[in-house]
Amino acid sequence: MDKFTVHTGRALPLRRSNVDTDQIIPAEYLKRITRHGFEDALFAAWRQDPTFVLNDPAYEGVSILVAGPDFGTGSSREHAVWALQDYGFRVVLSSRFADIFRGNSGKGGLLTAVVDQPVVEALWDRIDADPATEVTVDLEAREVRAGDLVAPFEVDDYIRWRLLEGLDDIGLTLQHEADITAFEASRPAFTPTTR
Amino acid sequence: MGRTLAEKVWDAHVVRRAEDEPDLLYIDLHLVHEVTSPQAFDGLRAAGRPVRRPDLTLATEDHNVPTFDIDKPIADPISRAQVEALRVNAAEFGVPIYSLGDAEQGIVHVVGPQLGLTQPGMTVVCGDSHTSTHGAFGALAFGIGTSEVEHVLATQTLPLKPFKTMAIEIDGPLPAGVTAKDVILRVIAEIGTGGGQGYVLEYRGEAIRALSMEARMTVCNMSIEAGARAGLIAPDQTTFDYLEGRDRAPQGEEWDAAVAYWRTLVTDDDAEFDTVVTIDAATLSPFVTWGTNPGQGVPLSASVPSPADYADEQDRTGAERALEYMGLTAGTPMKDIPVDTVFIGSCTNGRIEDLRAAAQVLDGRKVADSVTALVVPGSVRVRLAAEAEGLDKVFEAAGAQWRNAGCSMCLAMNADKVAPGQRSASTSNRNFEGRQGPGSRTHLVSPQVAAATAVVGRLASPADLAPVGA
Repeated sequence: MDKFTVHTGRALPLRRSNVDTDQIIPAEYLKRITRHGFEDALFAAWRQDPTFVLNDPAYEGVSILVAGPDFGTGSSREHAVWALQDYGFRVVLSSRFADIFRGNSGKGGLLTAVVDQPVVEALWDRIDADPATEVTVDLEAREVRAGDLVAPFEVDDYIRWRLLEGLDDIGLTLQHEADITAFEASRPAFTPTTR
Repeated sequence: MGRTLAEKVWDAHVVRRAEDEPDLLYIDLHLVHEVTSPQAFDGLRAAGRPVRRPDLTLATEDHNVPTFDIDKPIADPISRAQVEALRVNAAEFGVPIYSLGDAEQGIVHVVGPQLGLTQPGMTVVCGDSHTSTHGAFGALAFGIGTSEVEHVLATQTLPLKPFKTMAIEIDGPLPAGVTAKDVILRVIAEIGTGGGQGYVLEYRGEAIRALSMEARMTVCNMSIEAGARAGLIAPDQTTFDYLEGRDRAPQGEEWDAAVAYWRTLVTDDDAEFDTVVTIDAATLSPFVTWGTNPGQGVPLSASVPSPADYADEQDRTGAERALEYMGLTAGTPMKDIPVDTVFIGSCTNGRIEDLRAAAQVLDGRKVADSVTALVVPGSVRVRLAAEAEGLDKVFEAAGAQWRNAGCSMCLAMNADKVAPGQRSASTSNRNFEGRQGPGSRTHLVSPQVAAATAVVGRLASPADLAPVGA
């Protein structure tokens, strides 16, 4: 996983709440067995509407998504994270994220930063007024900046550390393999097996 | 201070605890299906890692398998490739698999419990958000993403941050005609799609204790729709009676040891929940959704709400958008809404009791000419049990289609889709935009309401039907 410290880019104002993972990537795209190439699937149904914000040429090349509350609800599909990343997003800002989506983002290196809803709305207004507005998301400082707007964001400490270091979770866990083996020896005999 | 049930299960699975780090939890059962696993197996292959415990892992094909012509190769080449990838991965890594055509194939959350694999006090994960279903047994069960699937395959553990606990108390007995589905739809409407975020829910109270295991699974299944990763119910005699004698349940002395342990899996009297939500069961009635998230629900006897009813601006704009997508006008009685498609099935309501309930309503009646009705059992076992009871004949005589097991029209990854602009009454779990096919409009309902709706052609409860023969 690539390290994440500070990211500056242009942002997309997605003025919707409860953006569920079926909207981020519809189920028909989940049949692929690769981990990349999902950029065409991102918001596929909404993109059929020419007025959908992602179709506005002013937002070409955006890398930060600013969304309404309860972003990423629903299915556990990590394809939602991959689709956002494949499209070019590095950060999603929202006042509330669904738990599984947030966990998946942390694993894949997509930063989900929690800001207050008034900050989301202030960012929406600024970006609407000038789509070229540059937004900086500083993971070291836990801070989002756009012009004179400076606001703190919340991020899980452990996920922050892993993102800053670019660490692989499985490798970290396997350092404790002896603990796992010891635990296995203590499991009750009545626990079932699948074969 | 005492501990809640969820905390007891958590504590019993801590492999490693260190300051400023998530707990490393052991996973007792890892269920796998074709959609969220291929990239995880690829990751193992790339790193040269084996599956640590294939004997605690089980794969089944469910999300995009067809529900007809299952003896032929899967027609959709992309679906076929995904299912074949699972078979290759299962063979290469030694993971047991129930493939299409196998007597044990079915939806992953129907298969685990019916085999007796899901037991009280276990940790159960699957790359599927409806893994919360297994919480009905007093297991800590939750959905995970593909990176976590790979992590569990490689290590049989997951690093997890502690959760908060929420009690959902349903006080008093359920009124006649109210089902588990109505209970959970009301809970989600009450706390919202984000209300459970960061929590494990424990469903409690007289109404919950009186539910069968299958009804409890329906309740726990939709915990995720309230934002909670997991929901559980303390095991009791109902749980033990369900498990005793099942293929993978303990036997003999091990059964006795297991039950003795399972009886300790209750929330202590002096334990404190972070949040308590209480609902008076007497206020419950058949419940349906009108919008595009599972929290947008009302009693079937009510009308489509107005966006103006919502104080919060995000809720209001969300409601406006939902009404537009759903093609509904505020103030329309829910029972005036015509439906084109009825789907009975899914991991929420695709078990034998669900099919019995639907068949009881359809027995001697006809599906309206304007309605296409699809009945999809949750597993091959459920299908065979239904056929042994003659339920398939009831469905077919009524004009409903009787299909093979799978997720089917719940998420429309196979050929079973609601046509664009068409409206469905569905016993599944999500009414998201396009969930049942591009442009589809979904109303979530119980099996009883689904069956009555199929007969009337508009949203209806069994109480709205004329007696058979009248």
